[in-house]
Amino acid sequence: MADETIIDVRDVHKTFISETKRTLWSKLTGRPHVEKRVEVLKGVDLVVHRGETIAILGSSGSGKSTLLRCINKLETIEAGRIYVNGHLIGYEERDGELIAEKASITAQKRTDIGFVFQHFNLFLNKTALGNVMAPLRDVKKLSAAEARNIAVPNLEMVGLADKMENYPSKLSGGQKQRVAIARALAMEPSVMLFDEPTSALDPELVGEVLAVIKKIAQQGTTMVIVTHEMQFARDIADRIVVMDQGVIVEEGPPSRIFTTPEHPKTRALLSRSGILPG
Amino acid sequence: MDFINNTLAVFPALLVAVPVVVQLALGAMLLALVLGLLIALARISSIKILRGVATFYLEVIRGTPLLVQLVYIFFVLPSIGVEIEPVPAGILGLGLNYAAYLSEVFRSAILSVEHGQTEAALSLGYTPSKTLWKVVIPQSFVVSMGPIGNYFIAMIKDTALTSVIAVTEILKTANILNSQTFQTTAIYTAAAILYLIISLPLSRVVVVLERKARASG
Ligand SMILES: Nc1ncnc2c1ncn2[C@@H]1O[C@H](COP(=O)(O)OP(=O)(O)OP(=O)(O)O)[C@@H](O)[C@H]1O
Ligand SMILES: [Mg+2]
Repeated sequence: MADETIIDVRDVHKTFISETKRTLWSKLTGRPHVEKRVEVLKGVDLVVHRGETIAILGSSGSGKSTLLRCINKLETIEAGRIYVNGHLIGYEERDGELIAEKASITAQKRTDIGFVFQHFNLFLNKTALGNVMAPLRDVKKLSAAEARNIAVPNLEMVGLADKMENYPSKLSGGQKQRVAIARALAMEPSVMLFDEPTSALDPELVGEVLAVIKKIAQQGTTMVIVTHEMQFARDIADRIVVMDQGVIVEEGPPSRIFTTPEHPKTRALLSRSGILPG
Repeated sequence: MDFINNTLAVFPALLVAVPVVVQLALGAMLLALVLGLLIALARISSIKILRGVATFYLEVIRGTPLLVQLVYIFFVLPSIGVEIEPVPAGILGLGLNYAAYLSEVFRSAILSVEHGQTEAALSLGYTPSKTLWKVVIPQSFVVSMGPIGNYFIAMIKDTALTSVIAVTEILKTANILNSQTFQTTAIYTAAAILYLIISLPLSRVVVVLERKARASG
């Protein structure tokens, strides 16, 4: 089944509503408080097949992170559907309406989706090994020995065999991100989502993290990577997805996108990155 | 020299009260820790009524003197049929009072754990409540260690207030001795020194705890 669908995002809409704080004055005068609405996703459709590596490109604020966060329900959506491995994420559907599902069910579905954050988000009170073992024990309910047997090879795979007992405060940014990757991978998710995994790193540490991600991609892991590293995207992605202002404007294989982009926004993005002549 | 000898001579009589102080402080601290954590959780909960009740409790406790609260528990509650022995009343009064202050320690410690870690836990399949208990609260305890220690020392000193509700702790014992022997200076000097002997080593412990907490953070 080469074409097995892992992620199916259908016509997803997401609006952020930021409410201004109700002041005493607005209460006294009874003036309704202002709410600001920003539609960040305006109908996004995306299908990811098993084993595929997708890179999402787009200018800042185009909604890349939001899309990724919606896929594992770190954000709510107003309309559309997101399926991962056939499961509707975050909601139950009744008579065509989305109804929020129980938090424990969402949690269960999330174990199938690995997420790597820009700022690593390691558990600061645990060692590298402790970070990788924690969800295996707390979520998968494995014994310490079983968790260890899974955690250790994953840390070795990201090249941290000698740093397992280090706390995050004693790891470099690149090492922290590799621990975070091992922690997500150890749960054996169907898909890995990366949100700008190297953007918070010093330039000299970017390479080691990209190398690990490339290695994972080559093992056939299904993944979606939001990145500003154009060369990297071109190198590892099977498909490039370009977002702009809350919609996907263009997608296709890197060989085409990077040479003959069709959409003006893609062209603008690539020439800004120095890949296409301006 | 007489003064020093007299003061030393009083110590054995006062030491009898130390177990009572230990009992009061440990019992009240345990109550304060548990209740304090519950209040802190209520204050950050999404349920409005819980937040309201917790905030109300906090304001009442912080807005009235501990001495008045102790007196209330011991002398006023019996009028509605609730009679409590002196030591349990002391534990209850101190515990209820310190719970309010500890809840603020816990609340700020819980809020100080980066939101990113919460998101990471959720993304790994932790439920919201598991995230709270397995990721957030253990870390907030580490952050809270120093402040909790300082409140514990303050509480040991505040056990003296329970002398007004008939608890024979150090001060009450000193009062009784004084009414029998009238060695006022020696007796109260010995009492003060005894408090110092208890709290000084504890302050050192707190300093070490705080250093450890900072190192692991
Ligand atoms: N929690 C939030 N509340 C309100 N607005 C938000 C929130 N999160 C994001 N936004 C807005 O949504 C828009 C899209 O944000 P998003 O983070 O998805 O963009 P992005 O494509 O990931 O950008 P970048 O490349 O800078 O990471 C931005 O305009 C941002 O200001
Ligand atoms: Mg982003």
